[in-house]
Amino acid sequence: MKTVHRELGLTDAEFDQIVARLGREPSYTELAMFSVMWSEHCSYKSSRNHLKNLPTEGDRILVGPGEGAGIIEVAPGLAVAWKIESHNHPSFVEPFNGAATGIGGIVRDILSMGARPIALLDSLRFGPPDDPRTRFLIDGVVHGISSYGNSIGVPTVGGEMVFEDCYAENPLVNVACLGVIEHRLMHGRGEGQGNAAILFGSSTGRDGIGGASVLASAEFDDGSLDKRPSVQVGDPFTEKLLIEASLELIRKDLVVGFQDLGAGGISCPTCEMTSKAGTGIELELGSVHLREPDMEPFEVMISESQERMLAVVEQERVDEVVAVCSKWGLEARVIGRITDTGKVQVRSGGEMIVDVSADALAEEGPVYDRPYERPRWIDELQGSDPGAAPPADLKEAFLSVLSSPRVASKRWVWSQYDHMIFLGTIEGPGSDAAVIRLPDRKEAVAITTDGNGRYCYLDPYEGARLSVAEAARNVACTGARPAAVTNCLNFGNPEKPGVMWQFAEAVRGIGAACAALGTPVTGGNVSFYNETNGRAIYPTPVIGTLGILEDASAAVPMCWAEPGHDVVLLGTTSPGDLGGSEYAKVINGTVGGLPPELDIEAERMLIETLVEVAPLVSSAHDPADGGLAISLAESAIAGGIGVRVDDLGRDDLHLMLFSETPSRAVVTCPPGLLKAVLAVARMHGTPARRIGETGGDDIVLGTLSVALQEARGRHDDGLTKHLSATLV
Amino acid sequence: MKPRVGVVQFPGSNCEQDCVRAFRSLGAEVEMIWHAEEHLPEVDLVVLPGGFAHGDYLRTGALARFSPIMAAVEAHAAAGGLLLGICNGFQILCEAGLLPGALRKNAGLKFICAWTELRVDNVDTPYTGRATPGQVLKIPINHFEGNWYADDATKDRMVANGQIVLRYVDNPNGSLVDAAGISNGSGNVLGLMPHPERACEALLGSEDGKVILGSVLDLIGRSPRRPASELKAVSGLESAT
Repeated sequence: MKTVHRELGLTDAEFDQIVARLGREPSYTELAMFSVMWSEHCSYKSSRNHLKNLPTEGDRILVGPGEGAGIIEVAPGLAVAWKIESHNHPSFVEPFNGAATGIGGIVRDILSMGARPIALLDSLRFGPPDDPRTRFLIDGVVHGISSYGNSIGVPTVGGEMVFEDCYAENPLVNVACLGVIEHRLMHGRGEGQGNAAILFGSSTGRDGIGGASVLASAEFDDGSLDKRPSVQVGDPFTEKLLIEASLELIRKDLVVGFQDLGAGGISCPTCEMTSKAGTGIELELGSVHLREPDMEPFEVMISESQERMLAVVEQERVDEVVAVCSKWGLEARVIGRITDTGKVQVRSGGEMIVDVSADALAEEGPVYDRPYERPRWIDELQGSDPGAAPPADLKEAFLSVLSSPRVASKRWVWSQYDHMIFLGTIEGPGSDAAVIRLPDRKEAVAITTDGNGRYCYLDPYEGARLSVAEAARNVACTGARPAAVTNCLNFGNPEKPGVMWQFAEAVRGIGAACAALGTPVTGGNVSFYNETNGRAIYPTPVIGTLGILEDASAAVPMCWAEPGHDVVLLGTTSPGDLGGSEYAKVINGTVGGLPPELDIEAERMLIETLVEVAPLVSSAHDPADGGLAISLAESAIAGGIGVRVDDLGRDDLHLMLFSETPSRAVVTCPPGLLKAVLAVARMHGTPARRIGETGGDDIVLGTLSVALQEARGRHDDGLTKHLSATLV
Repeated sequence: MKPRVGVVQFPGSNCEQDCVRAFRSLGAEVEMIWHAEEHLPEVDLVVLPGGFAHGDYLRTGALARFSPIMAAVEAHAAAGGLLLGICNGFQILCEAGLLPGALRKNAGLKFICAWTELRVDNVDTPYTGRATPGQVLKIPINHFEGNWYADDATKDRMVANGQIVLRYVDNPNGSLVDAAGISNGSGNVLGLMPHPERACEALLGSEDGKVILGSVLDLIGRSPRRPASELKAVSGLESAT
């Protein structure tokens, strides 16, 4: 027994803790259940101590962390669910199914709250796009998202696609989902002694055995591709049926509570639902419908076969539940009963093979206060050249940044995703934030995901704050008021003090920025062990911010609307903000120095300004990757209208154009409204000045002049030129 | 009396709610029809919506044509009843033999979700009465298998008959003769890959979908109501398909 637990990913100390808790050695099936429930992925054992310091409460927050998804009140009687998850490791091992089941998992999280999933965002990070293996990964991930998301009929309305060397052998696939509560909010609680536990959806097979423990909670090495059997295989058709059947069950008030099956398989909802409710559960393993015969009991208990839900149902409603599932072509079987024992008890062939406390599995896992220490290399890195040297040719530098894979148009990606279904996509892919009108309502929410691994590499605290600020600003650009945050924290091996320091600093930064901006964290996901052969990714917290817009028709687009509009810069450019910038990387090949410094109070006032100025402006867009020059070019290209900007200040032009100073936004307005726009900014103490005018067929920034058509051409094919002919 | 529209819901359909919303916004009375039903309710127009009916397993539309409701849908069409297939609905109509030809994978071998421009090449159909000849409509597509194909004889006959009702201005998927929407010989059945229900509101980017959906509602409004069972089969229907 002494070595088996190690193969399952448990340490010797953890094994001893299990033996002490049970007062005996665990059965193999019990051990398998502990291994998934106590895995980093399921138990948050390394992150818990830090995450507890995040702000999680607010007037609009109906449900915070700890449930399937956060729930945010949009208007009286109208609430949405919002959550992000990672599927990094599976997507590296098997990109198509890894990404597809990443979608499936987050969609079921949203569904488990009683919400209809209505929008997806994908935050993707890869190695350099001309690397053959990266191209294979990009193609597989994009195809997986397209195939699964389109088929289940949930629009993919935005996201990110970032390229850095550090993600070459550890890509990041983070997926956020928005849902709207249709009938009533559900809780994953297994209440009511004697109630039936019904497993419905797909059959249980051998796919995804140990996905949470073996895959998601360990580093990778060269042999990791052999872990392919641990990746689940998705069936979007069944997921679609599962969505409709689950919503019909809720609409008809047939279930007491339910929870999806994801990481940990049947083990997870059975112990979590009963632990929350203070009840227990008795399962008969022979009742689980299997995909193949002769599965071992432990396989049945931890299989991560997709598209399954567990419902707790009053006995007299069982037939109706089965009837609804059967209408949708889904198998539904009673596999157990709620008890009052506080235990998860599993019988197989008349024998009791599992008899453990639900709390022990769900709540009493180890919590580690992992040692952390600021790595020494960080001083050298921060002291290194930020890469602000002037370019040989300003115009070519501008076009190079505009066409870098990170900045270039992602149309090749999002045109493969249905981004319009549900008739709610007011602003879609390519916008600062997607604006989604809620079904049959006038209210909308603006949603975005943003992360900047480069900034976090240079300074995890500052980088995390900057990511929170950018996500909030992106939402505010549409006129929506930021209301809540979900986060996906992608880091290396937490057992290394340097990585743990990055994590601690990033979480501290997120907490500070979210508190200052009034956007509580409603949940999220931690993904550790993003390392291959000992090389960790940049620390990459991805922030998903949701904002509220009372009237969808008032959403502000990012593209120029008309020629002759005044261009106004809100905020001030600090010409030295080039550390970690796209300019420094693309033009000078450098990632060094310090990231821009964030004045969170200035950011807060800018957000207030953007929200209030929305009815007056014809467009709004923030300078982010690539700075002011790229922001202006993007709005010009999207609107098909040129721009002339004369007032760029007295510093070197390339510094003014490419500095990535936060807390800035560019808005346009008809000339008659300029005074009103400036007055709103002044009222909030946000610096604002007219810097130019829209119009013409060129992008003219001081002495730099580029034909709009040329800029558009480079922006359009900046990504696709790196991908092979067969992909384009 | 309001026009009555029935939208068939197959397992795996996903545009059915959007169709219901769009037709309601145009003043129709809309009900959903579950695929396992064997009879159609009294409706003036049957819509097969977009999505992935039965998961599109085997081939797009190949399983859906065997859903129990399809016998009644075929009888409705044979009796001259109005039948509109959008995207996956169009694919089902081809599989069911209610429209000629087949829909292959897009020429670029990619799923495409994008706005397209369509030229109305025949205004004398139940679905294009509101259009002017040659009018260009902005309506989005959203499919992997929208590359329409038919043999030369069929294609030539359809072109001559005006059955290529809608054509792409800039062909996105390799479709033969740029076909975006085609009708049967008598014109009561229309299949199109673009989604008019997604283009019925300026806020979403276009209202041109109303030209198609509104035309057929206009026609229903003008004609005295007859139960579907009384509609006479239109001559030429068999030879045209």
